[in-house]
Amino acid sequence: MFLSVNYIRIYILIVNNFNKGEIQVSNTYDLIIVGGGPAGMSAAIYGSRSRLDTLVLEAKRKTGGQPATYHDMENYPGVPETTADELMDNFKKHAEKFDTEFKRGEVTDIKVNGFEKVITTKKGEEYKAKSVVLAMGAEPRKLGIKGEEELKGRGVSYCATCDADIFEDLDVVVIGNGNSAVEESIYLTKFVNKLTMVVIHDEGVMDAEKILQEKAMENDKIDFVWNSVVEEIKGEEMVEGVVLKNIKTGEKSELDCHGVFFFVGRVPNTDFLEGTVELTEHGYIKTNDEMETNQPGVYGIGDVRNKVVRQVITAAGDGATAAVMAQGYIEEEEYWQNNVVESDVPVLVGFWSVTHQDSMDMMSEIEGMDLDKKDCRFVKIDTYKNRLISNRYDIDEIPTVVKIEDGEVKEKLVEPTAEEVQEIL
Amino acid sequence: MLELGKENFEDEVLNAEGVVLVDFWSPNCDLCLDLMPDVEELAEEYGDQIKFAKLNIKGNRRLAIGQKVLGLPSIVLYEDGEKVEHLSGDELEVEDIKDAIEARL
Repeated sequence: MFLSVNYIRIYILIVNNFNKGEIQVSNTYDLIIVGGGPAGMSAAIYGSRSRLDTLVLEAKRKTGGQPATYHDMENYPGVPETTADELMDNFKKHAEKFDTEFKRGEVTDIKVNGFEKVITTKKGEEYKAKSVVLAMGAEPRKLGIKGEEELKGRGVSYCATCDADIFEDLDVVVIGNGNSAVEESIYLTKFVNKLTMVVIHDEGVMDAEKILQEKAMENDKIDFVWNSVVEEIKGEEMVEGVVLKNIKTGEKSELDCHGVFFFVGRVPNTDFLEGTVELTEHGYIKTNDEMETNQPGVYGIGDVRNKVVRQVITAAGDGATAAVMAQGYIEEEEYWQNNVVESDVPVLVGFWSVTHQDSMDMMSEIEGMDLDKKDCRFVKIDTYKNRLISNRYDIDEIPTVVKIEDGEVKEKLVEPTAEEVQEIL
Repeated sequence: MLELGKENFEDEVLNAEGVVLVDFWSPNCDLCLDLMPDVEELAEEYGDQIKFAKLNIKGNRRLAIGQKVLGLPSIVLYEDGEKVEHLSGDELEVEDIKDAIEARL
């Protein structure tokens, strides 16, 4: 079954080399990954290493997703000393080592026509793939408070590494108390004079991991304001301060500062998938444990997927799972297309499983019927491994034998006797 | 691209005639470093029509803040010493910069 995938690759190479002198780029791939963050690049490493012709489409200039704009990276297993940016560069190098292709493009539409998926970018470029992995991640959440939009780039920031140098020896406020908020605050204290974290929870309560909380508490440059939210950012042309509101007492106070950093969670950007892929009410992609969406051959991984733990390592794990599933999907679908749907003789398909002795006996019985002499082909489908085809033909019981001619089901026998099978030949 | 600092910013930008593009960057800003080669390409293309300059805000922070630059990367266009365009943010694309330049030619 590996052969069929390779065969297509070779075919594309031949087609491309046909026009000598000019490099003609094929826009057809085995696997297209939308988004070049840790999830997408992990899928790319697995996909291209399995010899799938793999393309990563990244909307931004720089690959690496969220970690590319962060600094510290202390919990990626096996890499104790690195930075987030460096780790992401290595993910990319790793994918390129196995010939993953990277292109720039913001995907605005996906159409699923059975085995063929068509992806369109904002600039109108079109790509085709047998399998698509959605790994667009999530954007920083905005609070929509007064002054936030007006003062963006004038003291309001969502990226600590970008703007740390600007706030050297100045006072800044950080909104949020999750892992990103605390990690980036600790990073910022290497530059700023004083940093105030505004935390919505009771004193001593933060959403971040304990180890990060402890580091923040011990840091002399970090002050905390508990039970509070930022209600407004003040400033004419630049940030001058914030209005804090204690949510318990309703009391308001002002705090002078030069910068306000937002780390208040993230939101997925999946509007263009509506009607194609099932989403949660908050816009995250619904998947099962195998990263499969409701569309066969389309997977959702990383932060864009509906899940609880969102870490670089879990994103990478999602990517590996999706790439392995995609490879199986392509093999199964190509095998089915080539041997059953496009067969010029009738095909007898036997659905079986190793855990079911009766089904195995039935398969060997059919194999002994000399189907070749009757101008008929026999194809076996393991229902445990090939759920895609089994589900498509509503196989609930095994053994089931289906006769397919010109791609259409002519007969379907559930737990038949040998005589019943002979009859439909 | 011309390197700017405290000593020459006034002469080269604020007292200059015509259009000057200033790329505000810092060594810690990965996005700035990624963008810079694209800006250098624009300098090749438009360098004979407008002046291209860059300012490392490390050591020149007061100057940057004086120009209301509090977010990196920032691309600021000046015309006859007046600030006429300020492009900033992590979504900044080289096409945006190109459009802004074209609009001033």
